[in-house]
Amino acid sequence: MQRMNREEMAARVARDIPEGAYVNLGIGLPTMVANFLPQERDIFLQSENGLLGMGPAPAEEDVDWELINAGKQPVTLLAGGSFFHHGDSFSMMRGGHIDICVLGAFQVSVNGDLANWHTGAPDAIPAVGGAMDLAVGAKQVFVMMDLMTKRGQSKLVAQCSYPLTGLSCVSRVYTDVAVFDVGPAGAHVVEMVPGMTIDQLRDMTGVDLQLALEGV
Amino acid sequence: MIDKISPSLRQAVADLHDGASIMISGFGDAGAPHELMEAVIAHGASDLTIISNNAGAGESGIAALIKANRVRKVICSFPRQAASHHFDARYRAGEVELELVPQGNLAARIQAAGSGLGAIFTPTGYGTLLAQGKETREIDGRNYVLEYPIHADFALIKARAGDRWGNLVYRKVARNFGPIMAMAAKTTIAQVAEVVELGALDPETVVTPGIFVNRVVQVAPLSVAAAA
Repeated sequence: MQRMNREEMAARVARDIPEGAYVNLGIGLPTMVANFLPQERDIFLQSENGLLGMGPAPAEEDVDWELINAGKQPVTLLAGGSFFHHGDSFSMMRGGHIDICVLGAFQVSVNGDLANWHTGAPDAIPAVGGAMDLAVGAKQVFVMMDLMTKRGQSKLVAQCSYPLTGLSCVSRVYTDVAVFDVGPAGAHVVEMVPGMTIDQLRDMTGVDLQLALEGV
Repeated sequence: MIDKISPSLRQAVADLHDGASIMISGFGDAGAPHELMEAVIAHGASDLTIISNNAGAGESGIAALIKANRVRKVICSFPRQAASHHFDARYRAGEVELELVPQGNLAARIQAAGSGLGAIFTPTGYGTLLAQGKETREIDGRNYVLEYPIHADFALIKARAGDRWGNLVYRKVARNFGPIMAMAAKTTIAQVAEVVELGALDPETVVTPGIFVNRVVQVAPLSVAAAA
């Protein structure tokens, strides 16, 4: 079985983002998806700190610290891009104007609950940022994560044990070994890396899994 | 003649007081009014409640206010950062209180204050720890949490240019919380890189109309336009 690396996962997510989509990419791994969006597709990247039409990282001499993304890294603005204040930025999310957001996660449940802001550890300093707004606001919430933790526990779970970010909000989970649809109908396997079987995935995750219908 | 231009940073913050609530714009360093925050430290006001997206990083800005032991409480969405050691230490020692607010709720509650709303119902946070104990309501099949406005005594914001009536324009993503905080505070103080003559800002592109701004203070050398 060949696990996908981070670039391959990002490229896989990018394949599912259609022309014309308004997209917010979360900080960390999801930010990499931008590198794999086909140039011929007009896709509008939104950043919570007030820009729409975000472009790639600038050359070093063009870095402008008043042109950064949500991860506070320098970016560029495409022709046709725009700036706006935080009220408008979060109205774009909460108001259902963002088609897709891609987020990282600690855990996703088979019905689409998301936990990605707080481990619940007593000494942790919690930070939530825009995760809860994206989770409830975007029309589709994609999660991108390794299926297993470093300790070998499944991050796709029957029920999240970490504090929730949003209820029944995730529609699709992209992992290093398989892609899942999650929601009210439970978890369905959309595709697997070569050599992986649904029985192996059942063993790894311990959750009820069905194969998605052809053509999903 | 109405002239909201303050002659100095010191005079711009002269009426701060102990126990004041202060909104501070900025997302990372973009839009953070560092010079005004230095003036707050020099002023000496303490027991402050800071409302901002972050709780400071490194040694300047909000981090410096916390380090100087001026801050009693922080209301923000994302306190934990790579270099938020001053906040982390005071928070862990129980010396700084934290109210963690999802970023969009922070923005919406600030907007509610500036717009005169008594409260808002927001879907963000429903069913999570951050909505625990709060009133909820189902409206048209969707669940919402009741959240109250966040008002402040002062807003310290950063804009690119302003005029003596307080009209402001911003630069790129340094805009972030500036326009909504300007509306929500009793006294809004804007630091600008450039003071321009009345009429120099295109009225079609003014982002914050002067009605929301009490003082404008320049932090960079006088521009050609203002000196003319």
